[in-house]
Amino acid sequence: MRLPLLALLAKEPAHGYELKAKLEQTFGDAYPSPNIGQIYLTLQRLERAGLVRGQDVIQADRPNKRVYELTAAGREAVATWAEEPSDEPRIRDDFFMKLALGPMAGVVDPLTLINRQRRHYLGLMRSLSLLAEQAPENNKIGRLLIEGAILHLQADLDWLERCQEELL
Amino acid sequence: MTRARVVSLRRPSAQLLQPEPEAGREPPLLCSVGLTKVFRTAGGAVHAVRGVDLWVRRGEFVAIMGPSGSGKSTLLHVLGGLEPATSGEIWLDGQRVDGLTQAKWAILRRRHIGFVFQFFNLVSSMSVADNVEVAALVGGASRREARVRREALLADLGLTAKAQAAPSQLSGGEQQRVAVARALAHRPSLLLTDEPTGNLDSANTSAVLRLLRRSHAQGQAILLVTHDARAASMADRVISLFDGMIVDDAAVRPAPLRDTAASSVFDLQG
Repeated sequence: MRLPLLALLAKEPAHGYELKAKLEQTFGDAYPSPNIGQIYLTLQRLERAGLVRGQDVIQADRPNKRVYELTAAGREAVATWAEEPSDEPRIRDDFFMKLALGPMAGVVDPLTLINRQRRHYLGLMRSLSLLAEQAPENNKIGRLLIEGAILHLQADLDWLERCQEELL
Repeated sequence: MTRARVVSLRRPSAQLLQPEPEAGREPPLLCSVGLTKVFRTAGGAVHAVRGVDLWVRRGEFVAIMGPSGSGKSTLLHVLGGLEPATSGEIWLDGQRVDGLTQAKWAILRRRHIGFVFQFFNLVSSMSVADNVEVAALVGGASRREARVRREALLADLGLTAKAQAAPSQLSGGEQQRVAVARALAHRPSLLLTDEPTGNLDSANTSAVLRLLRRSHAQGQAILLVTHDARAASMADRVISLFDGMIVDDAAVRPAPLRDTAASSVFDLQG
């Protein structure tokens, strides 16, 4: 999560908890809440890499907090990231490997694999549909994230159907 | 593709697909036994449905999925009496119906079955209100009752303001909502629907799905044929059809979302 954190810091300096809250607020419930330990760890690495600079702020009534801001190199990294086209989404390679190699190895038959995977996808779809309904109307980013996941799943299911047509 | 292989793979599950799943329970609302449908064409016989045993319980929502050409629409049409079965049995509400004449089927449908198709098939010369109200009247409701139901359904669908409009003045999504209202107006014991969201954009798909789910929550039994995984995932159970046969039949259970595109927006490993 290096680049999302850098991108948030490009707007304004912040400490770890503020970044966590900002991520949750932006992406909504479809995205599993980022782990605060992971965020601190990433910030430390970014600091060692010279992309952010941290400064301890003394607080009277609680432990000090460390506020991070972007360095020039960090700003450059965000700009480069923003300019590059992103990779295509990857095929679910683990399932495909099972489908390609499992029957060959004699450990499983393709219909069982496909049925199990379809049930799993439909269960995920059910959860996403419920989330889509609960997502606040005004959280456009969160809603689009859910819709993207739904469209990807639909494509996965269509592809499963193609596997079924070709392999059974 | 080897046909024989599919048959052999399917066999083990056949025992799980007894038309009366649990002894002692009330008989299913809809049930088929060894149902087949063969179309005779100039090019030879096409086996569209090849021995389907399925059931829908009272109040249950069942989806049928499968590739194009798997026979799912044909199956729905046969179950609703729109096409005669070639062999096998169909039971609706404890009554055997596969041998009924077209006229008897028509009466049965008016009273017990609602249909929604991909294209709305509203009567273009009647208002939205009349489309819904006439369905209730034909199904045996009194004038007053038909009117009450029409008002309630249209209010439920947010279409009260359009009650007097002609169907052609409505958007596709609105027409489909009216089609669902019409199908429910005679209080069918079973709603049969074939790709009801097949022609709709995302927002209208959501509206129609909400409607189906709400009606199911109120006890409506639904048999849905669809390609739309979002629609199918709302069902209690999904049947997968392939090459005219059932290859899977399983309850839908929400799965934890650690494994979707949404959660891979960031790499959690830093």
